[in-house]
Amino acid sequence: MKKFWAWGALIFGLLYFALPLIGMTNFSLKMRRGVYSFDAYAKVLADPRFQETFTYSVVMALVTIVFGILLVVPTAYWVRLRLPGLRPYVEFVTLLPLVIPAIVIVFGYIRLYNTSSWLPLTGTVLGTNILLMFGYATLALPYMYRAVDTGLQAIDVRTLTEAAQSLGAGWGRILFRIILPNVLIAVLSGAFLTFAIVIGEFTMAALLNRPAFGPYMQLLGANRAYEPAALAVIAFGITWGCLGLIQLVSRFQKTAQRPV
Amino acid sequence: MADHSTVASFARRRGLGERLPLQWLGIVPFAIFAILFLISPTMKIVIGAFQTPEGGFTLDNIRGLFTPSILSAYWISIKISFASALLGCLIGFSMAAGVILGGLPKAIRGPLLTFSGVASNFAGVPLAFAFFATLGPVVLLTVVLRTQLGIDLRSLGFNILSFWGLTITYLFFQIPLMVLIITPAIDGLKREWREAASILGATNFQYWRMVAFPILLPSLLGTLALLFANAFGAVATAIALTGSSLNIVPILLFAQIRGDVLGNPHLGYALAFGMIVVTGVANAVYIWLRARSERWLR
Repeated sequence: MKKFWAWGALIFGLLYFALPLIGMTNFSLKMRRGVYSFDAYAKVLADPRFQETFTYSVVMALVTIVFGILLVVPTAYWVRLRLPGLRPYVEFVTLLPLVIPAIVIVFGYIRLYNTSSWLPLTGTVLGTNILLMFGYATLALPYMYRAVDTGLQAIDVRTLTEAAQSLGAGWGRILFRIILPNVLIAVLSGAFLTFAIVIGEFTMAALLNRPAFGPYMQLLGANRAYEPAALAVIAFGITWGCLGLIQLVSRFQKTAQRPV
Repeated sequence: MADHSTVASFARRRGLGERLPLQWLGIVPFAIFAILFLISPTMKIVIGAFQTPEGGFTLDNIRGLFTPSILSAYWISIKISFASALLGCLIGFSMAAGVILGGLPKAIRGPLLTFSGVASNFAGVPLAFAFFATLGPVVLLTVVLRTQLGIDLRSLGFNILSFWGLTITYLFFQIPLMVLIITPAIDGLKREWREAASILGATNFQYWRMVAFPILLPSLLGTLALLFANAFGAVATAIALTGSSLNIVPILLFAQIRGDVLGNPHLGYALAFGMIVVTGVANAVYIWLRARSERWLR
């Protein structure tokens, strides 16, 4: 009886998750009447707007990842090493982006950094790009910080630091030659998650008027029938790829840490 | 004597130098980032909600929220978020409990958690496309249901661009999130508790009603609050799925930021402030209940 219910719940769940994935894949292949074809994909991939927006979002994701690492790794390290009393407060701040909706944050940006303010970031293209990058870094902050902090928990920060210091290493060397390599796996999983978030992000890019992949998808969805389904399949593939890579690197870490 | 005091003052100065706190410098970059791009934008909205265009204090903007169209937007948003959070909790809990306690093969667990990780991140515009391609008016499932089973979704009043359409779509990221959060809590139910209960003569139902359920309750309610906030703040899925045909708060705010559809910029602040209040309360409930449940699940 118990088994029956367990199987029932599982099968219901699987059906619910499988149907939209099958539905979108099926629909994306049906552009040519009567036969299955990859026409919708060919059309999407050949669209110069697709290439532009996709490249833009990939570059933004990479820049966000670099900035996120430079911001989060030293902070999390320093808080663990020297300011453990501040840890609950820093953690609380890093979780705020999960509480404050992205649309509210970007609304604040538009009002705070417009052309008549003290820091007119939205006045230039470069400024807006930088602002968007900070926005993405904010969205990714909870995931990045948690990943890095968990990574730091697994190593003995204090001993490593003291050992490096007694061998004459400066702070820069300690951070980038000692701490970063030790938490690299954690940083990588944070990075992949950041990539998955940034690549499809819609709200911030749309409201800051930047030509990113998310707004492009939305525009296409409003005007076309089959191409959006093809885009959805591609986007799902990217998400799946990023999360799959996280699984892969964390498994790698487990094998690497197994006592010999 | 003079020597002595010099030494003492030197020692004091040295002590002062050591105590002069320079450690906080390490956190300055993070603090600047958080203040500039997280806290002050939010404060700008919160303060703006209580300001007249000239900068004086007023409650008119907040009062402006209590007009029928804005109230109905909040009400629909809250209903959709609550429905998708409740269903997400029920289904996610059933799946997690089935896999952990229901005697399903152990091999299912890993893939289920991996898939949940992916699906809970598969939100936004592509998710809307996936559901439109599945339950939209002209596509697979709708057509199969009509031609093979004689169920016409449209004549039953189902429309993907509606309350239930949006709720069903949100469930795609709500259920996996529930699975991810509740699995550790179910794992925390100790075998000894069940054994103790059955030695004392409890039936399976009694064990669940009097032991397991009360222990899990804070986790369940807390996750419900978290899922609620998660759905309430979702913008992209709603816009990509319904355009502007559904009057919910995120869509209204999006249109307001784009083109001041309410005709009063400061009403926009109030609208955003209302969103912060709703998600803030939901998250506070989550944090409070989580702290309670952690007492048991150590």
